[in-house]
Amino acid sequence: MSEQFEPTIIGFTCNWCSYRAADLAGTSRMKYPPNLRLIRLMCSGRLDPTFVMKALASGADGVMITGCHPGECHYIEQNYKALRRYHLLRRTLAGLGLEPERIKLVWASAAEGARFASEATSFVEQIRALGPLHWGVSNGAVRSTGPTDRGQTEPEEVMA
Amino acid sequence: MTEKIGVYVCHCGTNIAGTVDVKGVAEWAATRLKHRGVIIGREYKFMCSSLGQELIEKDIKELGLTRVVVAACSPHLHEKTFRTACERAGLNPYLCEMVSIREQVSWVHTDKAAATEKSRAVIAGGVERVIHDEPLEPLMVPIHADTLVVGGGIAGIQAALEIADAGFHVCLVEREPSIGGHMAQFDKTFPTLDCAACILTPKMVQVGSHPNITLMTWSEVEKVDGFVGNFTATIRKKARYVNTDTCTGCGICWEKCPKKVEDTVFEVGMGKRKAIYTPFAQAVPRYPVLDVENCTYFKNGKCKACQLFCPTEPNSINFDQVDEMVEVKAGNIILATGFDLFDATRIPQYGYGKLPNVFTNLEFERMCNAAGPTEGRVVLRDMKTPPKSVAIVHCVGSRDENYNKYCSTICCMQSLKFAHLVMERTGAEVYNCYIDIRAAFKDYEEFYKRVLEEGGHFIRGKVAEISDVARTPEEQGKLVVQVEDTLIGKQRRIPVDMVILSAGLEPRADAKEVGKLFGISCGASGWYTEKHPKLDPVATMTEGIFIAGCVQGPKDIPASVAQGAAAAARVLGKIQQGEIALEPIKASITESQCSGCRICNGLCPFNAILFHEDRMVSEINAALCQGCGTCVAACPAGAISGTGFSNDQIMAQIEGLMLLDVGPEPVAA
Repeated sequence: MSEQFEPTIIGFTCNWCSYRAADLAGTSRMKYPPNLRLIRLMCSGRLDPTFVMKALASGADGVMITGCHPGECHYIEQNYKALRRYHLLRRTLAGLGLEPERIKLVWASAAEGARFASEATSFVEQIRALGPLHWGVSNGAVRSTGPTDRGQTEPEEVMA
Repeated sequence: MTEKIGVYVCHCGTNIAGTVDVKGVAEWAATRLKHRGVIIGREYKFMCSSLGQELIEKDIKELGLTRVVVAACSPHLHEKTFRTACERAGLNPYLCEMVSIREQVSWVHTDKAAATEKSRAVIAGGVERVIHDEPLEPLMVPIHADTLVVGGGIAGIQAALEIADAGFHVCLVEREPSIGGHMAQFDKTFPTLDCAACILTPKMVQVGSHPNITLMTWSEVEKVDGFVGNFTATIRKKARYVNTDTCTGCGICWEKCPKKVEDTVFEVGMGKRKAIYTPFAQAVPRYPVLDVENCTYFKNGKCKACQLFCPTEPNSINFDQVDEMVEVKAGNIILATGFDLFDATRIPQYGYGKLPNVFTNLEFERMCNAAGPTEGRVVLRDMKTPPKSVAIVHCVGSRDENYNKYCSTICCMQSLKFAHLVMERTGAEVYNCYIDIRAAFKDYEEFYKRVLEEGGHFIRGKVAEISDVARTPEEQGKLVVQVEDTLIGKQRRIPVDMVILSAGLEPRADAKEVGKLFGISCGASGWYTEKHPKLDPVATMTEGIFIAGCVQGPKDIPASVAQGAAAAARVLGKIQQGEIALEPIKASITESQCSGCRICNGLCPFNAILFHEDRMVSEINAALCQGCGTCVAACPAGAISGTGFSNDQIMAQIEGLMLLDVGPEPVAA
């Protein structure tokens, strides 16, 4: 199996909806690729934009931000703040010469395990198509030897 | 590195071990994360079993663990279990992190190597995070023993009585002039055919005379301040223009009042009331309300018949009364504000509002009621002709992609009750047009059988149209119900004299604003969101605010009563505790770093952040803070920190998840 690029994706979830959606996907034995690793926040409103930059700087190839559907936030309206930050982050990424598509926003209620699994699957495909994150030149001509190369495949070497 | 971390990996039988190399992962954590402080990595068949828990407790005591990471199922299932185990062994429970390698790894992935690799990353994330965990203590808040119940329908009545009977004070606020809610409008209740008033009014009287209940009707909550244990509600007591201290409710004023008004609320437009009125004979309280918009005196400055004939001394009619604002303190609040009926005019093809003999379910309830506009006779809109045939249309505005997707749950049984009542009172032919008959609860299916045996016709199909356009002589002068009978696969046109639309239930039109007032949220369909749909249906995300009855979703009377009682039990439990422990997941502001920019102030939906004008800094009220962390993320100065989900914890977890700091492979011996 020759070198299919396996991206690493960090997902931020809301304790009340999307984390439970991920739980439900599991309980229902729905499958999605293992490239996604989740962090639980109390609310998508907790998402500090620097978390996303930190994830990308640490070698993640994409970041999935998830929260409750508009109007369903457990803290009334904080997911709208996540929405604002999402747009801000996309613009920031573009400004840095990175593909804004490396960030995805997904609304998923606690009942939407299937949605969570299918969104995770399509996002992994999307990032796979984009390839490894290039912290180099915007057109990708120069490839940095930055954190991206510390893929999850050979962590031992990196740290050794 | 001073922390001593224990990592515990659960097999969960084969649930995890079937896809993840559990043993390998535990060994990996013990060796490759050793330099991060992991001094022990264990695996066990079932970590949640008492033996599994004892393993952790023993290690805490014997190895002196200062941090614990459990890799097992979802923290939503067993976080409490493991935190309690840590606490038993003398470790602060908030120094224990749980990471999910079942729901989020073994159950969703099939490739064993990849799942094992992801488990390592997830555990490394937990280890990096736990290093930054801080010991936390729950916040203790005293509970005020009074309770505010908003909404005087059957759910609110039940809740108020339960709490008052237990010896605690309740303030019951109702928007209308009388308590009773929708149930007071009904005639019979399914499936027992009890008279609604006969079973409801004794409870209403109890509320009215209970020494522990302060009843405020014709009143609305306008503002809610405070937090669990210590709410202050500002209530507008609308002017009744009647002095309730002297009024005896004798009824002479509304007898003498010359102004007749169409009653669009209680009689849903089917009957009339006076300009000074009580909505119905058994109203509680018995004092009337003067309707300013229709009162002749308020319009023309002349009349005062009510005042003239009022027999009390001093006179109970007071035209100068004004709205009064009352502040009520409460430790807990129960919201039981009920539902609105779906507006049937929104489905024009059903002809409601245009075709006179198309009725809504609530209109029909009033018609059946002996105290209603027809004194219980089932007649057409002319108020005299009994129908010879009646169609009952189910699911009006419910289970319909165009209106409401949900099932209103009560309409099937209500329609069956109507079918029975029509047959009993008129002998007319009755056609029930239904999608599915949902008769799921105790004695409901038996009632359906009974109506079938009584000769009710059932047509499985959604009604397409109701018109008065005749195609055949027998349709002349009739309402024609066009429906596909899906059981025989044929279009049918049923000529009838009368149609009853079983309109569904909808959230109150102002549910969103009211929710905002109390700090709770609505779901996609507009009903208030419960804390947990299965395990905590009457609590909300806001501590101290409970919901009961149809505010939480459509339900029948027994379910509303059960929720009213359940909410009361929850409140009584809180009162008995005397104080409440709040989750210590809170934001706090380091004053010396706060620049006073006030960005955080507007972000908090719970008004938990207050600004000190004198010192030009913001401060967070820990009891009001719900711990969402939005302000933490937004503070440009980084002056706000969030316990349990601090920047350090999350940043570290990201590094862990990316396996950035993994120790070298041990040299083979």
